[in-house]
Amino acid sequence: MIGFGAAMLTPVASADTHGSEQHDAALDAEAGNRESALEALPAPKPARGDYPNIGTSSRGIVWVFAQMHLFFGALVLAVPIFVLVIEFIGFKTRDDRYDDMAHEFMKVSLTAYAITALFGGTLALSLFLLYPQFMNYLMRAFGSQVLIYALLFFLESMLLYIYYYGWDALRYGNRKWVHLTLGLLLNGVGTTLLVVANSWSTFMMAPSGIDPATGAITGNLWEIMKGPLWNPLNLHRFLANIAFGGAVVGAYAAFKFLAAKSAAEKAHYDWMGYTSNFVAILAFLPLPFAGYWLMAEVYAYSQQMGILAMGGILAWLFVIQAVLICTILLAANYYLWNGMARTEGGERYRWLIKYIALVLIMGFLVWVTPHNVIYSGSEIARLGGGHHPVLGPLGIMPAKNIAVFLMLVMTFLSFQLYRRADKEITVSWQHWGNALMIVIYIAACANIVFAGVYYGYFTNTVYKVGSSVLQVMSTVVVIVAGTVIDTLMFKGAKKLPVNWGQVSNRSQYALFALPIAFTWLMALMGYIRSSVRTHWHVYAVMKDNSPDNFIPPLATVGNMVTGITLLFLAFVLFIFWISNLSGTRQLPPQPQGDIALAGGGK
Amino acid sequence: MSALIRAVGFSVVMILAFAAVTYVLPQVKGEAPEEEEVNLGELTIDSFVAMGEKLYKGKGTCTLCHNNLGRAPDMLTFDVHAASLQRIADSRYQGQAADVESYLRESMLEPSAYVVEGFGKKGSDDAESPMPAVDQPPIQLSGIEIDAIIAFLQQKDGNPVTVALPSGDAAPVVESESTAAAPVLAQNAEEAIAKFGCAACHAILGSKSPVGPSLEDVGQRLQPQQIRISIIDPKAEIAQGFPPIMPEFPNMALAELEMMVQYLSQQTGSQP
Repeated sequence: MIGFGAAMLTPVASADTHGSEQHDAALDAEAGNRESALEALPAPKPARGDYPNIGTSSRGIVWVFAQMHLFFGALVLAVPIFVLVIEFIGFKTRDDRYDDMAHEFMKVSLTAYAITALFGGTLALSLFLLYPQFMNYLMRAFGSQVLIYALLFFLESMLLYIYYYGWDALRYGNRKWVHLTLGLLLNGVGTTLLVVANSWSTFMMAPSGIDPATGAITGNLWEIMKGPLWNPLNLHRFLANIAFGGAVVGAYAAFKFLAAKSAAEKAHYDWMGYTSNFVAILAFLPLPFAGYWLMAEVYAYSQQMGILAMGGILAWLFVIQAVLICTILLAANYYLWNGMARTEGGERYRWLIKYIALVLIMGFLVWVTPHNVIYSGSEIARLGGGHHPVLGPLGIMPAKNIAVFLMLVMTFLSFQLYRRADKEITVSWQHWGNALMIVIYIAACANIVFAGVYYGYFTNTVYKVGSSVLQVMSTVVVIVAGTVIDTLMFKGAKKLPVNWGQVSNRSQYALFALPIAFTWLMALMGYIRSSVRTHWHVYAVMKDNSPDNFIPPLATVGNMVTGITLLFLAFVLFIFWISNLSGTRQLPPQPQGDIALAGGGK
Repeated sequence: MSALIRAVGFSVVMILAFAAVTYVLPQVKGEAPEEEEVNLGELTIDSFVAMGEKLYKGKGTCTLCHNNLGRAPDMLTFDVHAASLQRIADSRYQGQAADVESYLRESMLEPSAYVVEGFGKKGSDDAESPMPAVDQPPIQLSGIEIDAIIAFLQQKDGNPVTVALPSGDAAPVVESESTAAAPVLAQNAEEAIAKFGCAACHAILGSKSPVGPSLEDVGQRLQPQQIRISIIDPKAEIAQGFPPIMPEFPNMALAELEMMVQYLSQQTGSQP
């Protein structure tokens, strides 16, 4: 640390207005030496006393600010992505309703933008205050990249404001193309911001571009950014952000639906809620596959890290993850089933719902069945061993994989039935098409069960992972085949009337359940991702010697995540209120005489 | 307003319900390893072995993979000395070691020198081990710590400890206890039975304790394999009418286990 400080204070050159080639060369050499001296510095090794003590948990402070920044960042980056798609659909179909809805979504996102920046700034200040050595090392690794990040933030702000405030000015004709291009640029910059920030997280988990023995920076910026976990995290966060953003604006629509006074208002917010749910689930369905890729890369990078997450002390948190994901799937399905009431065509498929619900409930129960539980002596005696003779096999991963993939397939089935509910298919080959779809569903479900049982219970551990590849493929085949077959079958289909607004109030609570579960889930998974580093700031390179370098008990994690989620809920309510407030106009006060006159007139 | 109250109430109840799940799960805390000074001058071979065992189960994180879940061979269940000699003689062995001690050291520093069949990195055809070199971060064991683990692995099965005790001034060692006592290996079955306190609950070697089932005729009732399982995993099968209170013996050496199994399987109740 002292060496670094000294190097920073050493003047690069003395004042010499004449100069000479030799002197310039000397200056270059000196500057080069300084640069290489900085690069050659090993990673700092702070002792416990080097961490500033402000009387409360430094990790707790950073945890809250980082998570809040991530929540709002996710919302702000994700909403413009699907807003652009909705705007484009409105433009192509010449339907102003799409345009109005997209604009309203952006109103929510715009208010959240300032809060994102405030939490981001507070997070950065907290990190520099509480973890100065770590930030010093991070700044050394990423150098000028942080300034580029700041520059991108300026660009994002400008594009966002022009995109939102220029909406009505650039609404039709060629001007709309200008507006759409602005939206595209906004998303391009937003996604770049996301991947740049991700590189800091993945550098901490799996550092690259450094000397692994000392932590000295040896690579260029690209080598430092492009660690083994960077792209898997980029994809995972990109999808998760869209799902999260869709869910949050869905809650906004549900709230407005419940508070709506007129049928027209109800119809508008019902449609808005449906669209949000559609976006959230569409992004959510491929998320497990992105998660698999990320965990596979974690295992490939460090088996120890992977086992710690999935089979070590952190593995218990995946029981809560199961509860959360099942809540999301149940809520999404419940909303779709309720939505079938909007059209008479939905009656045709109502009989199937109970079977889908049965599979979802069974899957939920299997997923939450733990493998090892701490039993008392009498419980062990009653069980006849450490594991239940029947339920024991359901506690291990293969059973859970079967449950998860069947639940995903059933969710797609609900979605497919919903899409078919308002259509009467007219193509001549509809019976063959339906038969093919049924065969694909049966084959995929059978393959998911067979692969899980065979590889999971009758082969060596090494081959167990192989089962998930087959299960992923089966699920993807159902989704792709279902989409393609339906697209072809819907050609020339008779459209049945859809009565927007004709949906139960109860269904709207599913739209509240979604963002709540998503928010809790994001905070939980973010904690797990960060905790796999254990007592390292930068894994295997820079140790964390702070008083908070332990993995806290699960209830402490639960309390933190709950507190952060409640805080986020409070801020989201503030955003909804502000969004409403912006559309409220106070009536001008009437002159006293007029009131008296009006009163007198009565 | 009522819609707002209902929506917020519903959301808060859901959030708290998720929090409640974390309370019903086991509350485990993961401490970071702490550095302790060890006075090498006071080390005995027993305390060195004890230090090795603690490192094996603690800082070394060996049990994270070397356990009964099949990720890596569970070294506590077989004779490491005999297995090491077999591996050195195996045609797939790529290392330089000529004896057990150097093989064990090499296996920790260069795990790919020999990969046990079925435990290699995916796609490497068992040519590359997924195990990290233990002297590198994040494990970062020192030379003395590696020697302590070798001593533990040799001693656990009753094999001779060939590792020399470290000498010199005090050196920092993580998660070690210089005063910890190593288990003294029993020389025969009777000693082992006495060492693990079997007679406190079972009728054996003159004891008539009724707490657990009598072992004087256990050879008549159970096959050797059943006796072995009953000792390794006492809760796997609870004898009818007896409380499930028998503890596990994680520090029992393989040699001690086998001596006891052999001895107990000969107990048919016919002895005077």
